[in-house]
Amino acid sequence: MEALVASAIGVMTAAGIYLILRLRTFPVVLGMAMLSYAVNVFLFATGRLAVNMPPILDHLGEATPGYTDPIPQALVLTAIVISFGMTAVVVMLSLGAFIEAGNDRIDLGDEESES
Amino acid sequence: MSPALIAALPFLGSLLPALLIRTGRSHAAISAGVISGLALLGLLLNAPAILRGEVITARFDWLPWLGLNANFMIDGLGLLFASLILGIGLLIILYARFYLSKDDPVGQFYTYLLLFQGAMVGIVLSDNILLLLIFWELTSLSSFLLIGYWKHLPEGRQGARMALTVTGLGGLSMIAGMLILGNIAGSYDISAILQSKEAIQASPYYLPALILILGGAFTKSAQFPFHFWLPHAMAAPTPVSAYLHSATMVKAGLFLMARLWPVLSGTPEWFYIVATTGLVTMLVGAKIAIFKDDLKALLAFSTVSHLGLITFLLGLGTEAGAVAAVFHIINHATFKAALFMSAGIVDHETHTRDIKRLGGLRHLMPVTFTIATVAALSMAGIPLLNGFLSKEMMLEEASHTLWAGNGWIVPALAAIAALFSATYSFRYIAHAFLGPVRDDYPHKPHDPGFGMWAAPAFLVVLVVAIGIMPMTFAGPILEAAANAVVGGGLHMHPVKLWHGFTPALWMSVFAVVGGLVVLGQHRRLEALWLATPRPEAKAVFDALVGACVRGATRFTSALHNGSMARYLLIFVLAALAAGIWAWTTGEQGPPTRAMLPITPVAAAAWVTLLVATGCVVAYHRNRLLALVLISIVGLIVSLSFVYLSAPDLALTQISVEVVTAVLMLLALNFLPKITQPETRLIKRRFDALVAVAGGLGTGLLIYALMVRDFAFPTMSEYHLANSYKLGGGTNVVNVILVDFRGYDTFGEVIVLGIAALVIFALTEALLTGASSRKLIAWRPDVARAGDKHPLMLLVATRVMMPIALMMAVFIFLRGHNLPGGGFIAGLVAAIALVMQYMASGFAWTQARQKVYYHVLIALGVLAAGITGIGALFNGLPFLTSDFGYFRIPPFEKFELATAMGFDLGVFLGVVGSVMLALGGLSRLARRAAVGDEGFHVVAEKPEAREMAGHVPREVGLAGAMLRRQRKDGSEEGI
Repeated sequence: MEALVASAIGVMTAAGIYLILRLRTFPVVLGMAMLSYAVNVFLFATGRLAVNMPPILDHLGEATPGYTDPIPQALVLTAIVISFGMTAVVVMLSLGAFIEAGNDRIDLGDEESES
Repeated sequence: MSPALIAALPFLGSLLPALLIRTGRSHAAISAGVISGLALLGLLLNAPAILRGEVITARFDWLPWLGLNANFMIDGLGLLFASLILGIGLLIILYARFYLSKDDPVGQFYTYLLLFQGAMVGIVLSDNILLLLIFWELTSLSSFLLIGYWKHLPEGRQGARMALTVTGLGGLSMIAGMLILGNIAGSYDISAILQSKEAIQASPYYLPALILILGGAFTKSAQFPFHFWLPHAMAAPTPVSAYLHSATMVKAGLFLMARLWPVLSGTPEWFYIVATTGLVTMLVGAKIAIFKDDLKALLAFSTVSHLGLITFLLGLGTEAGAVAAVFHIINHATFKAALFMSAGIVDHETHTRDIKRLGGLRHLMPVTFTIATVAALSMAGIPLLNGFLSKEMMLEEASHTLWAGNGWIVPALAAIAALFSATYSFRYIAHAFLGPVRDDYPHKPHDPGFGMWAAPAFLVVLVVAIGIMPMTFAGPILEAAANAVVGGGLHMHPVKLWHGFTPALWMSVFAVVGGLVVLGQHRRLEALWLATPRPEAKAVFDALVGACVRGATRFTSALHNGSMARYLLIFVLAALAAGIWAWTTGEQGPPTRAMLPITPVAAAAWVTLLVATGCVVAYHRNRLLALVLISIVGLIVSLSFVYLSAPDLALTQISVEVVTAVLMLLALNFLPKITQPETRLIKRRFDALVAVAGGLGTGLLIYALMVRDFAFPTMSEYHLANSYKLGGGTNVVNVILVDFRGYDTFGEVIVLGIAALVIFALTEALLTGASSRKLIAWRPDVARAGDKHPLMLLVATRVMMPIALMMAVFIFLRGHNLPGGGFIAGLVAAIALVMQYMASGFAWTQARQKVYYHVLIALGVLAAGITGIGALFNGLPFLTSDFGYFRIPPFEKFELATAMGFDLGVFLGVVGSVMLALGGLSRLARRAAVGDEGFHVVAEKPEAREMAGHVPREVGLAGAMLRRQRKDGSEEGI
């Protein structure tokens, strides 16, 4: 299972990196979303994997062993919401740039890298 | 008065003159004078005790764990310097009142002056070298303001920059040296450092520390080869030159050498570095001064020379040398400040400082002439004036100093320097004041009013008084200060006018007679001087600075050329390099965790994710398709959260997926649907290589983490054990969010709100001006659906609305104990609202919306904040939560926690932010579809109902249908 999660994180990271190196806004936004997935899962996985052990205490509130690490989860929960905020800002920026400039290149005036 | 208060007074009072300037220059001057006077008075009240040998201290812990404490002390040395700074400061305040013209911003001047004064006093009263460094840098900054005071003069600005660069760099070097020194001594308190002479001089770091500290001292005190900034700083108004560049700031370096004299001096390194530098500076400065035509430049180089003299004396490392150095500090401050002020008077009255255009002023300005002559003669070393005494002491010390075993080189050079010194002093008198009266002065000169010559006159009286009766007027303070310099136990011989026919006397005679002879040959020597090429310090400095700037610019533009792709590439490569470095240098133990088994479902999900991710990359040019594919990735991520025991994350992820998809679709409404290939194949291959390397690294890293146990015990145990006991909730993730780590969540809600407001602001910008016209002229690039608001969708969303909202409430309420909470509930509620926008169009929904989304965000932050503050009233820290159990028959017992108020804030913040963000995009779309219909900011408000024209009263499905019939064609879906 660990190998699957690790390889999935690796693949998502690679896809994210490739996409953010593109020269148009939309792929970059996609790449950032992809990187967000990868980073969120990465952070989550630092708490180690566990199946059927959600950090929901039983009715007595006893902390018997058998719960997964809740801290990375709390961290990632806010990270997911914040990455939505970030994506929204980036989308808005790229939209604004597109409407203002008439094209969605991210490197204006960088002629040499365009074929 | 406490030493700390003495140092603080000028800072505290520095705003007064700037405020009082509106009531007149005199009030500004008086306020500055009163502040300086108070500080001086406070200092002098301590004087009797200090002269008895006591040390006055005041200690405040500031950052004790760094060794940085606000410790102040006044000993003899501090008393001497602080009196000079405050006393001459008072005279300068008086002088400047009459020197500066009505058009100058006099209030600012006094403010800067007081800031500088406070920084200087801080340096000399600090008992902690870190504190001293802070004041040291403050003098550099405030002197920058003072030198560049006449902002309209390019020389002033350039001179200020040069002074700041040189002294600032020296200050940096000194910080390093001081830190080394403090580390060797084990304390940053000066009084403690002064006790550890043996440890410091035995340390292998003694020489580096010495060189670094001297770097600071030499730059500040304009020692060769850093002397060049001082003459350029003369572009400052004369009061500044008189204050900073004769009496105070340039003496800061000397003060530091004197302060650390007990621990640093006495070694061959100290002697050869300090004494040699001092001697060379004394000689070079004096030689240049002879040939300067600008009165202030002449005085500036003479100051360089005299600073060299004092450095030389300190460098000798003998008690007598230290006494002579302290004595010359006093004498130089008195006669040089008077000379600067007299030069300022000449400039003020004749409108020129060019010595070639002056002469004969003796008859026109008798008072100024008298003052200048006495001060200059003292500088030349003429008996019965104080300059003679200390110069004699210097020559006496030089006469028996061996340099590398050579007994004549130091006395000879010292005598020649004294000769040069006499020459320029005589020249100052002879060429400016003697000679025939001319008729071509730029301005008809006459003596100024009393206010202007009072200050220099007072100093000249001191010059004479000390010169005739040194022990009466300067003895006690000299002894106290010198005793502090040598670290106590000083046996001082009284300063006397007559020592008999000593070698020093003959050297003095040689210097004075020689000085007169050289002055007689001045014209010929000057021709020779002008004919010999010499390096122009300013040109060299400018070239150096220019080279640095060019280098920095080239470096920056190579890295920072405006191409985001390049930044990202550099960023990824740097992260990769760091990762590889860590991987190859670090070590890791064997795997310690058993791996979880792979289930078929998990394997299937994994394959789906990989395929979807691959397809996103492969088909990213087809944007709509890519969006669908990336949603699959998001879905699988959510599912894996479910599987891997993270129900809260799964709920959050899936809700965010929905709003993100809507957001992206809204953006795609405008953006091109196809991405054109921009890069060459080779570049794409390279990027792919980088990406694969990055992915591989990340994957391996997390794998290495996951197959090992935690290296340290985690905090999770605490959270799991106390979630119910202290937080009153069984959903540990939620309790962490709203309770244990409430501060983080509070900040995150605020950040999210700010992001939404940024989007709002961007939308506003796009809805005005040129981009608005572009929007109105927008033509969609794909065919629109025939039915803008399909009936099925309309019905479904209307029915869904209450259910979805109910769901949100349910998720919110159960959040504390079961998966759910404010974040997720907020997202679900936002989705419920967004559905209405999608089905019925922006305007229709907006018109029925009762609250501003801005308000929701604000309410959210407020609710969370107020809940947190509530804890303060119970004497608990901010954001401490409380809970209790209640029973309202016939319901079961239920729990109420204050954390719920906090979570409500999170909920409101999330709803407001998401809706404001999506709303912004929809407004763009609407503007593009409808054109300018008066919808602007108003469209966000409930009043938009009126603006949107007649909106049917009928509600529900029938109303919606009616509306569609009436307004068809003008309302556009999002």
